[in-house]
Amino acid sequence: MSTAVDQPLDRRTVPWLLATALLTTAPHAVHQPIWLSSLAGFMLTWASWLWWKDERLPNRRLLTLIVAIACIGILAEFRTLFGRDAGVALLVVLMNMKLLELRSRRDAMVAITLGYFLLLTHYLYSQTIPTALWLFVAMWLLTATLIRLHGNRNDSPDETLRHAGLLCLQAIPFMLVLYLLFPRISGPLWGLPSDAHAGTTGLSDTMSPGSVAQLAQSGEIAFRVRFDGKLPAKQKLYWRGPVMEQFDGAAWRPFPGHPPPPRLERLSPPIAYESTLEAHHQRWLLALDAPDALPAGASLNATLTASNRQVLDQRQRFRMSASLDYRFNVGEDQGVLHRNLALPAGGNPKTRALAEQWRQDNPPEAIIGKALALFAGDFTYTLQPPPLDRDGIDDFLFRTRRGFCEHYAAAFVVLMRAAGIPARVVGGYQGGEYNPLDGYLVVRQSDAHAWAEVWLQGKGWVRVDPTAAVSPARVEAGIADALPFGEPLPALVHWRAGWIRTLRYRWEAINNAWNQEVLGYDPQRQRELLARFGLPDADWRSLALALGIACGLLAAGLTAWALYRRPVGDPVLRLWHKALRQLTRSKVDCAPWETPLELAQRVRAQCPELAEPFRRVVDAYLLARYGSDNNSLKMLRDAVAQLPR
Amino acid sequence: MGFVARLKQQLFRWHSDGAAPFRLGQRRIFILPTRAGLLFAAALAVMLIGAINYNLALGHALVFLLVGLGMVGMIHTFRNLHGLVVSPGRCLPVFAGETAYFELILDNDRRTPRQALELEAEPGQTVVTAVGRLQITPIRIPVHAASRGWLALPRVRLATRYPLGLFTAWAYLQPAMRSLVYPRPIAAPLPTASPLPVDGERCGDGGREDFAGFRERQPADSPRHVAWKASARQAGDGALLIKQFSGGAELDLTLDWQQTDDSLPVDTRLGILTGWLLAAEAAGRPCGLRLPDQEIPPGSGDSHRRHCLEALALCQP
Repeated sequence: MSTAVDQPLDRRTVPWLLATALLTTAPHAVHQPIWLSSLAGFMLTWASWLWWKDERLPNRRLLTLIVAIACIGILAEFRTLFGRDAGVALLVVLMNMKLLELRSRRDAMVAITLGYFLLLTHYLYSQTIPTALWLFVAMWLLTATLIRLHGNRNDSPDETLRHAGLLCLQAIPFMLVLYLLFPRISGPLWGLPSDAHAGTTGLSDTMSPGSVAQLAQSGEIAFRVRFDGKLPAKQKLYWRGPVMEQFDGAAWRPFPGHPPPPRLERLSPPIAYESTLEAHHQRWLLALDAPDALPAGASLNATLTASNRQVLDQRQRFRMSASLDYRFNVGEDQGVLHRNLALPAGGNPKTRALAEQWRQDNPPEAIIGKALALFAGDFTYTLQPPPLDRDGIDDFLFRTRRGFCEHYAAAFVVLMRAAGIPARVVGGYQGGEYNPLDGYLVVRQSDAHAWAEVWLQGKGWVRVDPTAAVSPARVEAGIADALPFGEPLPALVHWRAGWIRTLRYRWEAINNAWNQEVLGYDPQRQRELLARFGLPDADWRSLALALGIACGLLAAGLTAWALYRRPVGDPVLRLWHKALRQLTRSKVDCAPWETPLELAQRVRAQCPELAEPFRRVVDAYLLARYGSDNNSLKMLRDAVAQLPR
Repeated sequence: MGFVARLKQQLFRWHSDGAAPFRLGQRRIFILPTRAGLLFAAALAVMLIGAINYNLALGHALVFLLVGLGMVGMIHTFRNLHGLVVSPGRCLPVFAGETAYFELILDNDRRTPRQALELEAEPGQTVVTAVGRLQITPIRIPVHAASRGWLALPRVRLATRYPLGLFTAWAYLQPAMRSLVYPRPIAAPLPTASPLPVDGERCGDGGREDFAGFRERQPADSPRHVAWKASARQAGDGALLIKQFSGGAELDLTLDWQQTDDSLPVDTRLGILTGWLLAAEAAGRPCGLRLPDQEIPPGSGDSHRRHCLEALALCQP
């Protein structure tokens, strides 16, 4: 069956293989240790140099040694050979190593298959549109290399690329059908290595000075929301994350344990929305305050934080609803209230003293007002607060007076607790940016926020946002308006000139559509789509059937195209046959053995009125056939046109 | 015929294609994945599992695109052979032990070229060719000529892996073609000339002893025999002249089967005769041939030589 597999490799194919290796491994340099990229680069350069000088390839023992050393290096770097990063590193090394032993066509085939495999590994890190385009280009080049390997060695590169492009384009319908109809399984099939989803940022479940500010410098998108109805006012958009009740003098943490479920009174009609969360490796759903209806598999804990049963390790969609006005735990458990009055012993004496002073004969509302008035005084809202001393709250309130939202929330809660009002810190996001092009509200890491919640008799837990007192713009407009000019913010948030903003909106709308429609195509979407095409409750069997039929039709269509033989166009012959057909209409048939001149004679005898025009056709035909006059084709065409019908 | 051979015969529909041109239709093209294709499929399976496990939407898309590429590659491989018109061409006689070349004419009446066609009649003797768009390309297929006589073209496997090498499509061609194989010449000193015929008939016409006049030169004549001066005296574009001699009967040579050692095998004896024939021709001496089944009077020139060699190739003592 297979012969001539092990043909020696044509020298002119090697540059193609070098290019594919470069194209498929180079993007991994972004996240790989520098020594590994250098090793891969060195091998690639070495292989190119050997090709350029037309020298012999190094012997296998040396290559085995290098691979062994690389494996030991990878083992030392990643502590395993089988995790995501280690596996990718290994593939990159092998791919570049293979370039140093390209002897036969089989070696080249192995290299190309490795290249296709490497394409997949890029999606472990990024699935954006640019990645997809880049990898399509890489695939194109890989396919061209395959054609180069098996085809005509004298074809120009253009021709090879054109042919490869044709093949890739013809493969796209198959891809679409398979993508839509292939029975989807929601993974994972088995436990993923621990580094499977490394490298994304998000809200943390502890809060210390500077933690939110650091997050806020990232322009990455945290989640996107589409409201069923109108977009609520921006200052009402508080996306609730972890509620932190324990304070150790520096950091805030949530209280571990499972207290009774919250008692929530909803005072306004629920607002329904769909939220698409990026992977943040926590369970929080970051629901809009206060959460009402939750998706299946999610629950509310005692502090009104909505959590999913599974950790969100990938982008996921949830349908939820919220009541913007609510009353929460009016009759709160004494233990909880007690917990929310606790302060570490002995810290922040000045703050305590100030709170004690406020506490005299003042109702809680007045104390809150005094605290907010204090912040509204000469405090500054900034992403670059000066470092704080040991008694952080004292230092912040009485010396530096510059801070980001977590400073204000923490200071406010400490003041409240010292003044005898139960209070706690809530982490989450505030606001978001509305994209008018696709109607999605985009919430970024730069919208990360921390605010306070106090418990008041008869009112329950009430949200107080001290940051709003310092910088009202933060809550009403967004972080870019709230910060002084020149603060380091992600460029995306900073560019606010009209046309740039429009461009950015467009780009993000495209990205969102990509995420929602392409990447978010999951088993559920697949069921919805099939139901729309009249296949409700499709199980894998009906899917396989539909898939088989669709692929069969595509293959049949393509085969028909491939095997169809267009009649070869000899224009002279075509015109002659046309003339003969017209002759048939006048009851003169041309016998297969008759020459044109004999036929003309017979026409003269049988059908004299046709003799003259047909004679002209015959003359023109013979001239076009055997003569050397370039104009004869036109003469023949005219002569045929003049035949009486 | 063994079971496997019969099965193959049934499966691949082996039959002679006759001497007329024929077009490769879908019924005679077979296609299977190559080893590289299997490797590719295995890689795709692993990639699909990876894409499912890590829930990579684009990973799914990539795997599906590659599956599509495989399908498209299969169809294009098939297309590379489909509709090709093959007609038998010429084949020149060779000596046993040499390689006979059978010429097939590949006619591509499609607007796309057909690349990387591999033709193979004997294992290991593959020729690769391509036929451009709307072109006709002759291709010579080597077959080892082992022994004298007629050598029929064995079944030719026409295969291609173009464009992706993941599939190999092949067809068996069996045009009725044969090549004549002359006996393998064995170098031996020329025998002494045969005795004069008893009846005293002159058989040395066209010899080179006594000058007998001029004649026009024919292509087979050696340039050494051209009478340059006489030719120069001729008017302008006349043909060159050759001096003709007569006599020299002792140089007349008839290579006789009986002159060879009858203890040797037939093919060796014919080989010796062939060697003599070639030696005589190289020496420019006309010679005849006497074989058990026929006799050729002495002569020289290409057609005489061909005639003699044919007789030697087909001799049935």
